Amino acid sequence: MRAFFDSDIWFSFTRSWLTMGSAIVAFICIAGAVAAPWLAPHNPFDLASLQLMDAFKPPSWTMEGDPLYPLGTDDQGRDMLSAIMYGARVSLLVGFSATIFATCLGVSVGLLAGYLGGTVDAVLMRIADIQLTFPSILVALLIDGIVRAAVPREVHDQIALFVVILAIGVSEWPKFARTVRGSTLVERNKEYVLAARVIGLGRFKIMVQHVLPNVLGPVLVIGTLNLALAILAEATLSFLGVGVPPTQPSLGTLIRIGNDFLFSGEWWITIFPGVALIIMVLSVNLLGDWLRDALNPKLR
Amino acid sequence: MSDTPTAASPTPPAAMLETRDLARFFDVSRPALQRLLSREGRRTLRAVDGISFAIPKGTTLSLVGESGCGKSTVARLVVGLYGPTRGEIRFDGQSLATARSDPAQRSRMQMIFQDPYASLNPRWRVADIIAEPLRAFKLVEGRDAQQKRVGELLTQVGLSPLDAQKFPHEFSGGQRQRISIARALSSNPEFLVCDEPTSALDVSVQAQILNLMKDLQARLGLTFLFISHNLAVVRQVSDRIGVMYLGRIVESAASETLFTTPQHPYTRALMEAIPDLDMTGRSRIPVGGEVPSPITPPSGCAFHPRCPLANDRCRQERPELRPSLGAEVACHAVEEGRAILS
Repeated sequence: MRAFFDSDIWFSFTRSWLTMGSAIVAFICIAGAVAAPWLAPHNPFDLASLQLMDAFKPPSWTMEGDPLYPLGTDDQGRDMLSAIMYGARVSLLVGFSATIFATCLGVSVGLLAGYLGGTVDAVLMRIADIQLTFPSILVALLIDGIVRAAVPREVHDQIALFVVILAIGVSEWPKFARTVRGSTLVERNKEYVLAARVIGLGRFKIMVQHVLPNVLGPVLVIGTLNLALAILAEATLSFLGVGVPPTQPSLGTLIRIGNDFLFSGEWWITIFPGVALIIMVLSVNLLGDWLRDALNPKLR
Repeated sequence: MSDTPTAASPTPPAAMLETRDLARFFDVSRPALQRLLSREGRRTLRAVDGISFAIPKGTTLSLVGESGCGKSTVARLVVGLYGPTRGEIRFDGQSLATARSDPAQRSRMQMIFQDPYASLNPRWRVADIIAEPLRAFKLVEGRDAQQKRVGELLTQVGLSPLDAQKFPHEFSGGQRQRISIARALSSNPEFLVCDEPTSALDVSVQAQILNLMKDLQARLGLTFLFISHNLAVVRQVSDRIGVMYLGRIVESAASETLFTTPQHPYTRALMEAIPDLDMTGRSRIPVGGEVPSPITPPSGCAFHPRCPLANDRCRQERPELRPSLGAEVACHAVEEGRAILS
């Protein structure tokens, strides 16, 4: 831990107000989402506490606002602040899981392709190339559509969350694979790998023990930037109505619901989840940008 | 192991490593589609083209030559990093492929690399780097015993056992090369391949590393294959020297013989180029021209475009290694007595 606070990374972190600010904002977003059941003023999913009388209350600082509901309520009288906190929970869960899934898949493929080379490389990278010609949201829609067609409706609602994670994860892996393959091609010819081969270490041992730790630097950067993209992709899917089930609304679902009321004047139902999404994605993105610069030896 | 080699043995020493007509070609053709479009054939790079040598136990053979002459390829062939295109390699009497497939035999050969900044895994601690062969060959079981052995090895190469907990980037080039040597020594090898181990180091540090290697050879009875482009370095360590040019050995002689009576025009040109205090101020005769491409080597003797003694025979017929004045030389001019020895 001491070593971390002495490092260049920590130094460059404390040099940049923008980075520190976005780290604090990102931390508040994540903490608020994770601790939603304890922090949120209401439980938007507790049907017994909902009162239709409270529907469409504007934010508390406006003329008709109710101090009980700081950001107003939606069409069913749910507190928007609580709904956003619970929604961010789902968004972050999907974002993190999809990114981790894409990272594992992409890193494995990139490592295998780069180290083994030849036919394995050609086949794996052509698959990645083909997938990169489709927009990733289209790939996610395709996967979601296949699963919807394959399993019955009741089952689908139960596994919907996993399907979204799978769909986003699968649509994002080629970026990781390409980066890792590139670094692996450089590392595999370095002399420390040759030294391991002279000893007679197996290919998979060399890949995992020697090459993998040396190609993970860029992966951390792409992973962070990809987290923001994955959250956005989930919001897009949910906005289109093919994402997480309506029983677990994410930020994207909230924006979609609110969209129906935008023209009738209830702007807060869609604006606040949107602002929350923007703040979350922006802070994660700024962190990723900083990480990319901090880990780039040429910019030091 | 029963047959631990000692520095002096009464019988003619057996060869630790022997190669016969060793060759390695690389396919450097462009991708099939481009080849088809521009109507060109496959292209092969003849990195090593038929070389034979034997290294008696406990001695050092050095291979010298310019960049791109194939000397590093020989080093990699000999430890099995590349498979030979032609010819055979025998390690202590058995074929290299057999030896490589047996961990007990494999642990008897090790390699030291050129670039001390690339030959140590930057994410590993020195202790893990040096202990890797110990774990791979299961030579020392148990973490404490391994740490103890790592400490001994570090002391042996002139570092402190406390350095084991550091990372490679905390060391200088010379210290890293010592770590490299400690790793190579950890499996108790008998045969060490050194691929330009000093070329990336400062001159003062070079001498330290060379002395360390000679000292280890004397104490442990090691056999070295030493690759270098620096004749001055080679003179200090070798028993026998092979001069390589474009994938072939052009002259092979005992170290002192080579330095006192260099015969091949190429060897003599290399000798001319060694910096020397006596030569200060005098003009030198450089080797003209560039090393030809090993993809399209010159006909006949590969050295003929740069050779002052070349005639029609040199341009057509490739010279073979033949005994001459206590050495082996591949040169028509030497064979015919056209080369006047100074």
